[in-house]
Amino acid sequence: MTAALTLDGLTAHYGTTKVLDDLSLDVEAGELVSLLGASGCGKTTTLRLIAGFLAPTAGRIALGGTDLTRLPAHKRNIGLVFQNYALFPHLSVRENVAFGLKQRGMGGAERRAKADEMLARVGLQDLAARLPGELSGGQRQRVALARALVIEPPLLMFDEPLSNLDAKLRVDMRVEIRQLQRQNGTTSVFVTHDQEEAFSISDRVAIMDAGRIRQLDTPEVLYQRPANAFVARFVGFENLIPLRVAARDGAAVTAEGAGGATVTLDQDVLGPIPDRFVLATRPDGLRIAEDGIPATLGLRTYLGRSYQYRAETPAGAYVASGPLSAPRDMGDRVHLAPWAEQCCILPDEAAA
Amino acid sequence: MTGRLHPGLIAFAVAVYIFLMGPLVIVIGASLSDTTYLTFPPQGLTLRWFERIFEMSAFRRTMITSFQMATLSTLLALLIGIPAAYALNRFRIALPSWLSTLFVLPVLVPEIVLGFSLLRSVQVGAGVPVFWALLIGHTLIVLPYAVRVVSAALASFDFSIEEAAISLGSPPVKTFFTIVLPNVQAGVIAAFILAFITSINDVSVSLFLTGPGISTLPIQILAHVEQFFDPVVASVSVLLMVLTVAVMAVVERTLGLTFLAK
Repeated sequence: MTAALTLDGLTAHYGTTKVLDDLSLDVEAGELVSLLGASGCGKTTTLRLIAGFLAPTAGRIALGGTDLTRLPAHKRNIGLVFQNYALFPHLSVRENVAFGLKQRGMGGAERRAKADEMLARVGLQDLAARLPGELSGGQRQRVALARALVIEPPLLMFDEPLSNLDAKLRVDMRVEIRQLQRQNGTTSVFVTHDQEEAFSISDRVAIMDAGRIRQLDTPEVLYQRPANAFVARFVGFENLIPLRVAARDGAAVTAEGAGGATVTLDQDVLGPIPDRFVLATRPDGLRIAEDGIPATLGLRTYLGRSYQYRAETPAGAYVASGPLSAPRDMGDRVHLAPWAEQCCILPDEAAA
Repeated sequence: MTGRLHPGLIAFAVAVYIFLMGPLVIVIGASLSDTTYLTFPPQGLTLRWFERIFEMSAFRRTMITSFQMATLSTLLALLIGIPAAYALNRFRIALPSWLSTLFVLPVLVPEIVLGFSLLRSVQVGAGVPVFWALLIGHTLIVLPYAVRVVSAALASFDFSIEEAAISLGSPPVKTFFTIVLPNVQAGVIAAFILAFITSINDVSVSLFLTGPGISTLPIQILAHVEQFFDPVVASVSVLLMVLTVAVMAVVERTLGLTFLAK
């Protein structure tokens, strides 16, 4: 596969503040890649750089083999869908959709026919004569989508397109966007701070922090095998337990940690385990057991399927879970053992 | 709350209306009086004071000058003010905050001071002809209104709409005219009206900058009442009022319509 969009060493500053730090990214043709991160992580800056609304201080942007870095925004031919829809308030729905075609010099009748065809695809053929102000949020976002798609751009970009919609509509629109994107095979970049949204819609997700991509992978890999502590925390591995290997016996590894913690892990399930590592677990992956990591239980919360406990250990505070059949009280001294399906092995970043 | 208006409140509202409209009623009444002096209520009805205006070349001339000044200075102010307001709003983060204050400065300086300094520096100092010095003065006093009012309209404009147009292939300058301007037209019309009225009513700056052969209507009215006390000033005032309202109506219609027809 060839990369449709290539970002090569992009660096950007606001004044003297570096907001994007040597970011590189390849998006393959027809692929949808999400940029996911908290506000200020650089995801929107990246999108604005690709769109041409900002200029990078260093680096290169190429689309389909053409260098875009110095090309003005209106010549880049990129479809954009904005968070607040950004429809033209003084133009009808049809004129909104036809706007890009008009810029390309297409004649009135053809323009109208293409706009109406695109509106039919998003189910708004009956509203073509309305003004944007007369539409609901979901309808406006469909118009914005139609307006961006009708110019048949080689790249489609979404800037938090679903944030202004209510929860139910958000899920519906997400499916709709994905279907349209698949049908058209349009290479897409999707910016969001919503993990569920990014994971459900994307081929690959780039998790960003402080102007860098911390990991770029399929949602499945990110969710099960984060590569570092930042991504692990981001996808819900709340407990990061530093351990070192005490004994190896085939695939079975016995590891020890602070305060007499001893756990046994299976390399066949978790992959190769280095001598010093961090065991990352979700709350569900650290369970009350006969032996393992000694802990004192704190506050208990009822989660429907199980109880969740705050747990103090010599290595720090963790979040663990226990069965509904055996509720424990605050102050109980127990052991916590990892449950492999909700765990992963991280390199020891402090040692590295 | 009972939902009923207190009688005192109604009385107060009526009083305010009388206070606002009273002078206009008195001027209109006085202009129709069949006497050789200003009086209200009018004694007898005549339109001869309106005829008198056109027999007196000074009124005719200054009225033309006033409308020229108001139109030209308003257009100039919009020509400078709209791009300035755009830049101030579009690049708000990147620009120093005192820059927007700079455009309001002429309002903060007393007009007498402004008029006198323009007389000293532009007319006498640089030898600029009376008409052009007057135009500079008027543009200066109406510019703050243009910048402020258009700014207010742009402040609520979502600039991602502009970016959407650019991303669809519309060059930035074209986008300004086809997308940005139509969406702030209400502000532009309001700015036009405010600026026009400010210019046509101006006395203080004009007092210094009018010169031999060139004067504005308010200055001529002032000169007239210093010597005469006939109802001509009242009829001139009424005429000025009517013409101003007419210009406003035309602006409202034409600007509004051209934008709607895009």
